[in-house]
Amino acid sequence: MTKPKLDTYIAEENLPYEFCPGCSHGKILGALSNSLKQQNLDPSEVVIVTDIGCVGLSDKYFVTHAFHGLHGRAITYASGIKMQNPELKVIVLIGDGGCGIGGHHLLNAARLNTDITVLVFNNFNFGMTGGQHSVTTPLDSITATTTLGSTDAPMDIAGTAKINGGGFVARATAFDKDLPDLTEKAMNHDGFSLIDIWELCTAYYVVRNDFGRKEMMGYMDSMGMESGILQETERPSFQTSYKGIQGQASKQKSMSGLVLDTKFSSDLEKPVRIVLAGAAGQKVVSAGNLLASAATLSGLWTSRRADFPITIQTGFSVAEIVISPEPVLYSGIIKPDVAALIASEGKDKIDRLTGAMEESDTIYFADNLGDVDSSANQLPLKFPEGAKKEVRKNIAALTAGYLTKQLNLFPFEALKEAIRQTQKPKIAEINLGLLAHFE
Amino acid sequence: MNTKRREMVDGAAAIARGALDAGCNFYAGYPITPASGILTHMLRELPKVGGIGLQGEDEISSLGHCIGAATAGATVFTATSGPGLSLYSENLGLSIMMEIPLVIAISQRLGPSTGAATATAQGDIQFMRWCTSGGYPVIVLSPTNIPESYHLTKRAFKLAKRFRNPVFIATDKETVMTTESVAESEMLNAPSWNDIPDKPVYKPLDPYQKNGAIHHYTGSSHTEEGHITKDPEIIAEFNERLKNKITDHIEEISLVKEDMESGSDTLIISYGISARSMEAAVNKLRSNGEKISALTIYSLWPIPEKRILSSLDGIKRIIIPEMNHGQYRHEIERLANKDVDIVGVNRVDTFLITPEEIIKAYND
Repeated sequence: MTKPKLDTYIAEENLPYEFCPGCSHGKILGALSNSLKQQNLDPSEVVIVTDIGCVGLSDKYFVTHAFHGLHGRAITYASGIKMQNPELKVIVLIGDGGCGIGGHHLLNAARLNTDITVLVFNNFNFGMTGGQHSVTTPLDSITATTTLGSTDAPMDIAGTAKINGGGFVARATAFDKDLPDLTEKAMNHDGFSLIDIWELCTAYYVVRNDFGRKEMMGYMDSMGMESGILQETERPSFQTSYKGIQGQASKQKSMSGLVLDTKFSSDLEKPVRIVLAGAAGQKVVSAGNLLASAATLSGLWTSRRADFPITIQTGFSVAEIVISPEPVLYSGIIKPDVAALIASEGKDKIDRLTGAMEESDTIYFADNLGDVDSSANQLPLKFPEGAKKEVRKNIAALTAGYLTKQLNLFPFEALKEAIRQTQKPKIAEINLGLLAHFE
Repeated sequence: MNTKRREMVDGAAAIARGALDAGCNFYAGYPITPASGILTHMLRELPKVGGIGLQGEDEISSLGHCIGAATAGATVFTATSGPGLSLYSENLGLSIMMEIPLVIAISQRLGPSTGAATATAQGDIQFMRWCTSGGYPVIVLSPTNIPESYHLTKRAFKLAKRFRNPVFIATDKETVMTTESVAESEMLNAPSWNDIPDKPVYKPLDPYQKNGAIHHYTGSSHTEEGHITKDPEIIAEFNERLKNKITDHIEEISLVKEDMESGSDTLIISYGISARSMEAAVNKLRSNGEKISALTIYSLWPIPEKRILSSLDGIKRIIIPEMNHGQYRHEIERLANKDVDIVGVNRVDTFLITPEEIIKAYND
C-alpha cells in the first residue's frame, strides 16, 4: 500500500480557527499538522483526544479520528484507546487547566508509561471561562480569581511527568520552529511522551500581566525551567510490558469455583446454621470451608460467609455456614443452631449471636471460653486424648472433626474426602492425620 | 448431565465468568470491598485470553479507560460499589452521550458514605437509575443468586451492545462475597428468558481503526457524524432518541419471575438478595395453607410496568422487602391503585431481611 501524501491534516473547510486574535493555539495545531505530514501517517491511524477548554475546540480542525470527552480525563480515554488498539497513534491535546483537574491521571499515565503523546497547551490561565487562575499561573499574577496576585506555587507540568517516570518529556513554546520534529520524536517514543508547550492567552493572561513572548522566555529562565528534551528513557511502555503479562498469564491458576460430585448421603431434614468463632491465624475460614465442602459432597446445600477485620493476622475470624437439605435461600444467621468458640476474639465478636441462642441450641467452647451469657446448652469441646498436643496449632480443623462427629449432619468420611479434594497435599496430610485421632 | 454435580462458587466469580463468556476483553476498575473479587478475577483471567485488565488510579480513570477502549472496539466491563459509583457519575454521562456499550456491576454496601463497611445493602437502586446529569435512562438488572449472577451478566452484555448504553448489574455484598454450593446444571443452562436480538437498535459502534472510516466521538451534543452542533432541532432529535431507544423497548428488556397463586389477595414484590428471603417466606406460608403470590423483578430499570400491573389483578395488599428505606416501594406506589395497601419490610442495620419478618408483615 502506498502511503497517503496529504498536504495538511487540518480540515480546511472548518477554518479559520475560532481562537481569539493572537492566541497561540493555532500555531501548535499547525505544528501538529506538519508533524503528521512529515510522518506521512494515514489520517485513520491517528486519534486526537481533546480535553475541555479552548484546546477542546481543536478536534474539528483535523481530518483524523477524534475524541472529545470530559475535563481533565482526556489522558484516561487516550490510554484506553491505545491499550485496545496499539496500531493507532494517540495524541492528547490538553490545557494547563486539564493538567490541574486531571493531575492524578497525568502523573499515573507517566508511571504506567502508556504509549500516548500528550501536548500541553500551557497558557497559564483558564481562557474559555474568563481567565481564572490555573495550576501553572505564575506567582503574583493577576487573573479573574487572583485579582490581588496569585499566591500559589505554580505546578511544573513537564517536571511532574519527568519525576513520575514519563518515557519522553520535553518543554517547548508555541513559537519553536522545531515543534513538528519534537512532536515526531515524542510520537515515535515507545512509552508515555509529553511536551509542555508554553504559549500566550492574548484574551486574558497577556493583557492582565503585560506578558508577551519576551516576558514568557524571561519567566522560563527565572524559574530554571529549561526547554528541550528533559527525559528520554528506555523503560518499556505499558503496551510492551502487558504483552509479557499476557504471555505468562496462563501459568496462573484459574480462579473458578470448586466442582464437587455428590458421593455420600445425609438424612438431614432441616437447615443447620453453624458459626465458628476464633482468631486470625487459627484457619477458621478454612475449617468452615471443610464443613461446607463435606456437606456438599453429601448432597446437601451450603452457604459460607467469612468475617474478619480489614487488617489480617490479628483480631477475630468468624465463619458462618448454613447446611441445608434444600438450596439455601436465606443465608443470614441471626441465631445460630450451633456455635463453636475457639478464641476469645471470636467469642466477643459473636456475643450478639450467642446471646440470641435458645435452649435447643448448643455452644461448644474451648478451654476458658465457657460461661457464655446465653440460654443455649453449653458444652466443652472434647478433643480425643491423642489430639491434645495438636490443639494449640490446629484447633479449627479439630473442631470441624469434633462437630462432624457430634452433630452427625453428614458422614465423617465426607469430611476426609473434602480435605482430599480441596486442600493442598501437604495441608491435607496434616488434617487427615488430625482426623485419625477421632477414629 | 450429572445433576448431583455441585460447584462451590461466589458471586464475584460467577459475574466475572459471565463477563468473560459474553466476550468481554477489557476491564478496568479500582479496588473496593465488596467488588474487589470481580477486579482480581478479571485481571487474572483476561490476559489469558488475550484481553486487557488493569487497575486504574481511581474510579474516574478506570471508567475513562473503559470508554476509550470501547471506542477502539473493546467489549468493556467494570465493577464497583456505591462510593465508586459516585466517582463513575460524570463518565456515565459521557457513556450515555457517546452511546458506549458498557456493563457495570455494582456490589452494594450499606452507606451513606463509607457507611458500615462492609455490610450488605440495596441502597443504590435509585442511584443507579439517576447516576448522572440529564436523567437519561439506563438499564439495571438484579440477580437474586449466583447462577442468575452469571446469566444476567451475560444478558447485560447483549443489552449493552443492542442499546449502546450503560447496563448495570445491581448486586450486593452478600451475593458477591458468599460462597455457595450451586447445581452445575444451573450455571450451565440459562433460564428460559426471552432472547435479546443481536442487532443494535440504532447503528453499531464503529470503532477507530487504521484504514477504517474516520470517526468523531464527543460528549457534546452532536450530529449523526459526531460533529458538535448547536442546532436546537438536531439536539432535540438526538436527545429524544437517547431516551426512546430504551423506553420504546421496555417489553423486550422487562424480566420478572411471576409466582402467582390464584385466589391470593396478597402479592410480595422483591428483587436481589431480598427476593430469596421472599421465596423462603412464600414457601413457609404456602406450607401453612396460605394463598400468596410473589413477583421477583430482575429488570429494575426501566421499570417493567406492564408486567407489574398485570400481576396486580385481584391484589389488595403488596408487601415489598428491600434493604433500604423503600426505594422501589415508591415506584410500586406510583403504579398501584390507591386502594391497594402497600407495606414495606426494610432493614438498614447490616442484617439481611429474614423470612420471618416477611411472614410477620403478612400476618399483621
